[in-house]
Amino acid sequence: MVDVQLRVNGTIETLDLRPRVSLLDALREHLGLTGTKKGCDQGACGACTVLVDGERINSCLTLAVQYTGRSITTIEGVAGGGEPHPLQTAFIRNDGFQCGYCTSGQICSAIGMLAEHAAGAPSAVTEHLASRAELTDVEIRERMSGNLCRCGAYNGIADAIGEVAAAAAVQEVTETGAVRRGSAAGAARQATTAEAAR
Amino acid sequence: MTLTQAQSPPRPGASGRLVGKPIDRVDGGAKTSGAARYAAEYPYPGLAYAALVHSTVARGRITGIETAGAAAVPGVLAVITHENAPAMKPAPPMSVLNLSSLATGTRVNYLNTDEVHWNGQPVAVVVAETQDAALHAATLVRVTYEEFAATVGFTAEEPNAKPQKSDMLQSGSASKGDAEAALAAAPVSVDLRFTTPQHNHNAIEPHATTAVWDGDRLTVHEGTQNVAWVRDHLAARFGIPAGSIRVISPYVGGAFGGKTMVWAGTILTVLAARVTGRPVRMMLTREGVYRTVGGRTPSAQRVALGAGADGRLTSLIHTSVTQVGRVGGGPEQVTSQSRHLYDAGAILVRQSLVELDTLSNTIMRAPGESIGTFALEAAVDELAYKLDLDPIEFRMRNEPERNPIDGKRFAHRMLREAYALGAERFGWSARTPEPGSMRDGRWLVGMGVASAYHPSWQLPANVTVRLSADGTVLVRCGFHEMGMGGATAQAQIAADALGVPFEAVRVEYGDSVLPTGPGAGGSGQTASVAASLLTACEKLKRSMLALARRSSGSPLRGRRLNGLRARDGGLWTEPGPGETYAAILARAGRPHLEVAVGSDTRVGAMVGQARFMAKFLRDRRRWMKAACGAQFCEVRVDPDTGEVRVSRWVGAFDVGTVINAKTAAAQLRGGIVMGIGMALSEETLVDPRNGRIMNPGLGEYHVPVHADIPPIDVCYLGDPDPTMPLGLIGVGEVGITGVAAAIANAVHHATGRRVRDLPITLDKLL
Ligand code: FES
Ligand code: FES
Repeated sequence: MVDVQLRVNGTIETLDLRPRVSLLDALREHLGLTGTKKGCDQGACGACTVLVDGERINSCLTLAVQYTGRSITTIEGVAGGGEPHPLQTAFIRNDGFQCGYCTSGQICSAIGMLAEHAAGAPSAVTEHLASRAELTDVEIRERMSGNLCRCGAYNGIADAIGEVAAAAAVQEVTETGAVRRGSAAGAARQATTAEAAR
Repeated sequence: MTLTQAQSPPRPGASGRLVGKPIDRVDGGAKTSGAARYAAEYPYPGLAYAALVHSTVARGRITGIETAGAAAVPGVLAVITHENAPAMKPAPPMSVLNLSSLATGTRVNYLNTDEVHWNGQPVAVVVAETQDAALHAATLVRVTYEEFAATVGFTAEEPNAKPQKSDMLQSGSASKGDAEAALAAAPVSVDLRFTTPQHNHNAIEPHATTAVWDGDRLTVHEGTQNVAWVRDHLAARFGIPAGSIRVISPYVGGAFGGKTMVWAGTILTVLAARVTGRPVRMMLTREGVYRTVGGRTPSAQRVALGAGADGRLTSLIHTSVTQVGRVGGGPEQVTSQSRHLYDAGAILVRQSLVELDTLSNTIMRAPGESIGTFALEAAVDELAYKLDLDPIEFRMRNEPERNPIDGKRFAHRMLREAYALGAERFGWSARTPEPGSMRDGRWLVGMGVASAYHPSWQLPANVTVRLSADGTVLVRCGFHEMGMGGATAQAQIAADALGVPFEAVRVEYGDSVLPTGPGAGGSGQTASVAASLLTACEKLKRSMLALARRSSGSPLRGRRLNGLRARDGGLWTEPGPGETYAAILARAGRPHLEVAVGSDTRVGAMVGQARFMAKFLRDRRRWMKAACGAQFCEVRVDPDTGEVRVSRWVGAFDVGTVINAKTAAAQLRGGIVMGIGMALSEETLVDPRNGRIMNPGLGEYHVPVHADIPPIDVCYLGDPDPTMPLGLIGVGEVGITGVAAAIANAVHHATGRRVRDLPITLDKLL
């Protein structure tokens, strides 16, 4: 058994685990945070996506012991100050789910994806690697392709993410006066700020 | 993505205030916050975890089972095998008089036999204190077998297929005229063979069960499409009364047919809980789902069509071979749509079956029609090309007035209108028919079209509706929610019928203690519940009025219900006075009023079932009821690699009244997405030597991902079906039908190549 200390949704959790326990099982079975889902336990579906220090990972593919001292955000922790995260409400408005089983992973993944995009990370469909890609529907879909939705709510999910990214971009324009069309930096910043606040 | 809805006004009965509106799902908050609990997410003190060990041979007898290694893993509580498992009763025999007998996944009495019937059959269960210990220990169980010869190859066995017998629910063959002779005489004809592989549902939630015994009482948390079937099946297997079992299933993480039957995992979790005296949870591994839960049968189909030079069909032949397991499964209505879609002079449909030493096949979204429409609609496209006719024009020339196979009337049929709407939205007129004639840069562009078709069903549903003095309404019915938005739709219906705000209605579902609802299947749940719910609301208003009329102070005194309108939380004369339900109840000193439709007493259930059967048979004699539609797609094919990308989609559907424009569109889109997977990437690979599934995981079985799915434009005609409650026809399955054919036809248009063997992978286009 090993001692593992995780900061989960702002709370320090100390666990005594067998070293083979995945971060996903630690969250679901040991901490009772069942919002993070298990769809394959093999890194193939994305249902288990959580944020570690703001970056998205498949929690089924990692051992809990790897994350000692790191800050983990699960779906239970994405809302800030009693307000749902803008993506949560956008998913409802755009019907970005059916059964809801992939939804936690989609939302966490989208938060991480927006941060990656804001940081200038290109994707496989980005044409000019030097400049920041516009967050088009095609870019969103490419960047979200690690998160399967067997119910086929893909259109709603992409719409929800696009909506939040666009709203954040508008906010950014009004804040800075600099026009960056289609940018998602604002949304990502919002996400990471919520993260830091915990 | 806009939605077209309701050109025509709703019929009486639907006030239309809420019905039809794109209302957000009532469970959206729970599902987007992680608060929704699925079957494997109920905490219990002392919870133990179970994991399965699967056989590695297709047929044989266990000669030795070595469990010491597994038992030695710290935390392991039990290793249950056929040598030490308590006796269970065999699966009840199937009977149409007891629909829950259809719940049997396989006839194998797990761990009560040393016989192995398919490659992957569970041969041991390990129970441990933790999930990881159970999974690890399961890998340490060593089993030896005496292997028997097994028949596992579908293609090899195809010549030995036997004709499917007809029964009360399904018919294996039908004909009109001499279709073979008409085919031989036809000036223009095609005679084609199509094949489709096995598919697996791959709901993102793997099958999971949490089982808790309390003496002889059993509580089961299970993601299921039929809580009553799970309850009744477990009662039969464990020899306890159904009344002692509660099955709870408020959230199901996707199902698509795969969570209809009761499979090994459910039964063995209950067994493990009994053996260890602990609450036990088992979530199948993804591989475990493939090994123990059936998939869609593979198929081989022949479609032969003959037409005159005028483009009128003179002959339509559609035959199919599908597989069942020797231990279970059933025929699929592969030729169903071919009895209803075209006004051919002569028709022959015939379904045959091979029986293999494999896991049972099972229902998966539009069993039959999903693969049947692929063959029929691709063949129709081929014939249209031979006739030099636009494929839509060809279909319009052969659109029937009455059901082609038997001349019955259609309850509702607006396929022409669906094509007109779809063609307009898609821009079909911009298509140049010559294959390979359209390009976008280096991409070859193709446009294809196909008909969607799925019969509509209505099942028995018992409901209660309670109206309380605070004005709230509680609807209770044991129906199921796997993502269809059932609670939202039924709340809309109840709110309209009673004239109360949407927010005032709460719907309880997914629990076997509730009045027995329909299973989620056959696209029939919404209509089935709606029918009973409307009756209940009517009854409730009558009772309310009766209560009001007893009091001299009520403005409703002396009034009759048909002179009143239900609105603003009460009953009102138009435009004059009326009264709220709350006021009526308050005056009568009643906390609430409750009505029930259907009964779950023994006699009540029998009456309900008999009534259902009578209505089912009567309806079937009178009408042909179905949803239909037109699927339009545009593909881009890379001329060098053969890669196919779907770039545009329009689906125009005739699904009667739409209750919720948001959730209905989601169902239809979901079907189209699954159809895109079926067309281009999905295939369960079975080793023909030993019957073992070779790609039991999401890394090797390719379901569509975000990048594969363009914006899907879904539109519907909104014209109510006069024979269905509120005029609604189910939307759960029609969406997947026709999809694979539309894609195959578009690929042909882009490349000139006909691929008749799904999936259309790149190698088939090079
Ligand atoms: S559960 Fe982690 S990727 Fe599927
Ligand atoms: S909502 Fe069911 S898998 Fe995405």
